[in-house]
Amino acid sequence: MSIKEYRAAIEARGGLLVVKQIPNVAFGDRVRIEDHAGRIRNGQVIRTSDEEVLILVFEGTEDLDLENTWVRFLDEPVVIALSPEILGREFNGLGEPRDGRPPLLSNLRRPVGGSALNPAARTYPREFIQTGISTIDGLNSLVRGQKLPIFSGSGLPHNRLAAQIVRQARLKDEDSGFSVVFAAMGVSYADARFFREEFASSGVLRNVVMFINLADDPPVERLTLPRTALTAAEYLAFDLDRHVLVVMTDMTYYAEALREVATAKGDVPARKGYPGYLYSDLAEIYERCGRIHERHGSITMMPVVSMPSDDITHPIPDLTGYITEGQIVLSRELHNQGIYPPVHISPSLSRLMKDGIGKDDTREDHPRVASQIYSLYARAQETRNLASIIGADELSERDRRYLHFADAFDQRFVGQGETEDRSIEATLELAWELMSLFPRDMLSRMKESDLAKYYKEGD
Amino acid sequence: MTEKSRVGVIRDINGPIVTIELPGARSGELVKIGELGLFGEVIILRGSRALVQTYESTDGLRPGEPARGLGWPLSVELGPGLLGGIFDGVQRPLERIAAQSGDYIRRGISIAALDRAREWDFTPNPDLELGAPISAGLVLGTVPETPTITHRILVPPGVEGELEEIAPAGAYDIESVIARVRDRRGVSHRLRLYHRWPVRHARPYARRDDGVVPLITGQRVIDTFFPQIKGGKGAVPGPFGAGKTVVQQQIARWSNADIVVYVGCGERGNELVDVLETFPQLDDPYSGRKLMERTLLVANTSNMPVVAREASVYVGLSMAEYYRDMGYDVVMLADSTSRWAEALREVSGRLGQMPVEEGYPAYLASRLAAVYERAGRVETFGAGSGSVTLIGAVSPPGGDFSEPVTSHTKEIIETFWALSKELADARHYPSIDWVTSFSGHVKTAAEWWHKEIDPDWLKRRTDALALLARDAELSRIVNLVGPEALSDAQRWELEGAALIKEAVLQQSALDPVDTFCSPAKQYALLDLAITLYKRGAALIELGVPVTELQDLPLLARLRRLKSLYSSEQIEQIRAFRHDIDQAMEAIRIEYTKQNALDTQ
Repeated sequence: MSIKEYRAAIEARGGLLVVKQIPNVAFGDRVRIEDHAGRIRNGQVIRTSDEEVLILVFEGTEDLDLENTWVRFLDEPVVIALSPEILGREFNGLGEPRDGRPPLLSNLRRPVGGSALNPAARTYPREFIQTGISTIDGLNSLVRGQKLPIFSGSGLPHNRLAAQIVRQARLKDEDSGFSVVFAAMGVSYADARFFREEFASSGVLRNVVMFINLADDPPVERLTLPRTALTAAEYLAFDLDRHVLVVMTDMTYYAEALREVATAKGDVPARKGYPGYLYSDLAEIYERCGRIHERHGSITMMPVVSMPSDDITHPIPDLTGYITEGQIVLSRELHNQGIYPPVHISPSLSRLMKDGIGKDDTREDHPRVASQIYSLYARAQETRNLASIIGADELSERDRRYLHFADAFDQRFVGQGETEDRSIEATLELAWELMSLFPRDMLSRMKESDLAKYYKEGD
Repeated sequence: MTEKSRVGVIRDINGPIVTIELPGARSGELVKIGELGLFGEVIILRGSRALVQTYESTDGLRPGEPARGLGWPLSVELGPGLLGGIFDGVQRPLERIAAQSGDYIRRGISIAALDRAREWDFTPNPDLELGAPISAGLVLGTVPETPTITHRILVPPGVEGELEEIAPAGAYDIESVIARVRDRRGVSHRLRLYHRWPVRHARPYARRDDGVVPLITGQRVIDTFFPQIKGGKGAVPGPFGAGKTVVQQQIARWSNADIVVYVGCGERGNELVDVLETFPQLDDPYSGRKLMERTLLVANTSNMPVVAREASVYVGLSMAEYYRDMGYDVVMLADSTSRWAEALREVSGRLGQMPVEEGYPAYLASRLAAVYERAGRVETFGAGSGSVTLIGAVSPPGGDFSEPVTSHTKEIIETFWALSKELADARHYPSIDWVTSFSGHVKTAAEWWHKEIDPDWLKRRTDALALLARDAELSRIVNLVGPEALSDAQRWELEGAALIKEAVLQQSALDPVDTFCSPAKQYALLDLAITLYKRGAALIELGVPVTELQDLPLLARLRRLKSLYSSEQIEQIRAFRHDIDQAMEAIRIEYTKQNALDTQ
């Protein structure tokens, strides 16, 4: 098919453009649109028949007129150019430079849509990553190839936590860090600058590739941005054998853009106006992380999801939680008490922790320490509730011990400095110190041998 | 199947729904679309146009490209070589696809499910003589598929007549003809080691029976409190992070079924890899062989095309029924039926069908019921009785059990293991909530337990549940006014319930000793917990203060018994009873002495 320009638009609404009677246009192909002022926009075919072609316009359909809009079908899918030079660069959602430098020259161009990784080609992730954050390393360990989102809320320090993890994350006994793919969707200028400066000051910048769509950039572009970023991540991990950490913020804005387009298309809404395919769509993004047989590299993912009104049952965090391998949940209550990072351990979880910790990976007592701390903290929370009703003075001595534990735990174990990089050994030692507030007999999830070795007798 | 394929043309592409011009297309017919040859299935006919749902991504497809009708519906290949394999939602072998097309699944790739090159040792059924009457389900012979599973080669449904020829014992590949059957009209049918079956049809059987024995899963909260039976249907609903997948995997690992079909439907790729990597290493506690030898995986992970997700459940069921027809007890796990339902919703949405609840089509309830009805214990045509137990995970949005998929499922199933976020948050696993869960099979299970384990099983179970119910009631009071408001007897009840929870209900899948618990060990632990509680309650009635009992080291020791002694060490567990007796007796004597002194 020759690349011709058509002036055949018959409808424009909410980021969608309809053109009539262009035969043989391929589904998913890239489109270039020139408007009346000569400005170029990009689009993608999302439905095609001989009668009508429906185009998603990434820059939106504002200010288009039907008479003077020229549409050109490029006869190729949406692709991104790839080379080792992408590191240190900054792009938009379509892979075009945002840093004022020239576009990347490379013969290697890959469709951003990706294809499904064969489950039989995957390798189970099991290498412990030390993030230096006690609540993560000790209780919700991250492993290489895992997708572990941060569930947050507006005003909570999720960006600071993400930046700290990028700075500190490394394999135990290994000094080499990660290559970082940073995908920002709908973030504020200030947030983007924070990350840029953070990467620069910690010296990781030349190992970072950034894909940025700011809050005032066209929302439709947010739909390709994570896909573009992940295509770059796959290239770094599986072509260049690097260990890649992908930080995506904020998936809520991505999902909102998806809802906007779905509504314009007239898709049947499921919950809160989000389309029924939100789950599959998010899964296409999240499932691109992992490890592959006989490949050295890996993709580990930490998406940030801000929970609208702090509601974890909202469709976006909810569906994310069903796809990802756990979640780190931030708490406004802890944040208001000045505790950083305000990780609420009760709803936090890492599903891949079990195979990445223990004797050969961290320390033999680690799995039981995590389980014991959770059990004590759950009971302590109940006691706190009770104390808030009947008053701490009315509590039994046993219950007061729980209360004391909970406070010490929040302050010392959860709370740590923004530059404090705790080793896993230090984290476990701290956990034993706190557990030893209880008599031995109450630590029913520990083995006798653990108690003999690590229990700290009181004075 | 010999019907000549017809060629049509693509008219419209709307995501996974493609409209083709194909006169004479049949509803349910399989089609190959476009230059790439993507597989799809006709779902709606409108004049000469057919709406097709495609099992692969339609990127790059153009109107005007050809589409071929294949003349048969979506079918699976049934024959030796399925066990130990991993298939995608339309039964393509993922391991061989990886060998051929690399790490990512190439579109349009077409590889048959069963390996053509492999030969199998066939032994004909010695009871069959030439001229013998042949009907569907009859066993023609056997093939040792794995060291533990004998694959019975069955006459496919629909074939009837007399035996013309049967192959002698020997090695054959699956395409070899191993028997000929002449039907009433004199037409000769060639039977091979495998046959095809259209997945959307339940396989026939002679008679449907009631389930009679419990499915032992080695999980205390399931076997003892909410038992499932062989041939039953159950659901495991739970919000994310409550441990659905671990429950499903534990059942796949430890249940006393002959065959396990694990359908990963729209779930995480890494979880299937976990099964793929660990099962070949794990021993089946019943046969001592590797678990993978009795396991079959169907994988449509969440990033794989959504339409194949809808098909994957039927593909899994057809294979499960096939082994059932050989006389085996099969457990099929579907994780998760919510993703299956969402695939239905997505297709119906694209077709512009009227949504009823939360966007789901009106036929959700009837489709769900039809899927679960394929479970059951049956009398097969020629291999005795067999069963399919179907356990579906449900992933309710926001953990809300009143949503359409959970509530419709609840109407159909008999066993409901409700997972609770609160329990999971406290790392109480398995997080099966004893208040909202139920089992319709307690009576059937009781007969088995009373005969095989102990005649007091039902009584003990009832005691434990009563104690847990009291606990829920008293906890409410404690939350309002504090524990000081309770009497000593009531506080001992709380202690008793805590014992049941920690010594019996909680079970760690990660602890090598505790991950599997035999029925005898289950009963022994339950019996000890109840005994300890009752002995304590008797002392409190005598006036012993509860604090004296709460501090007994006995309590902590009982909590550790489950991971201290394995299922083989029942005697050591039972011996703990003496410790209870001794400790309690000592307190009683001490206290009576004290009392006597006081009254003097």
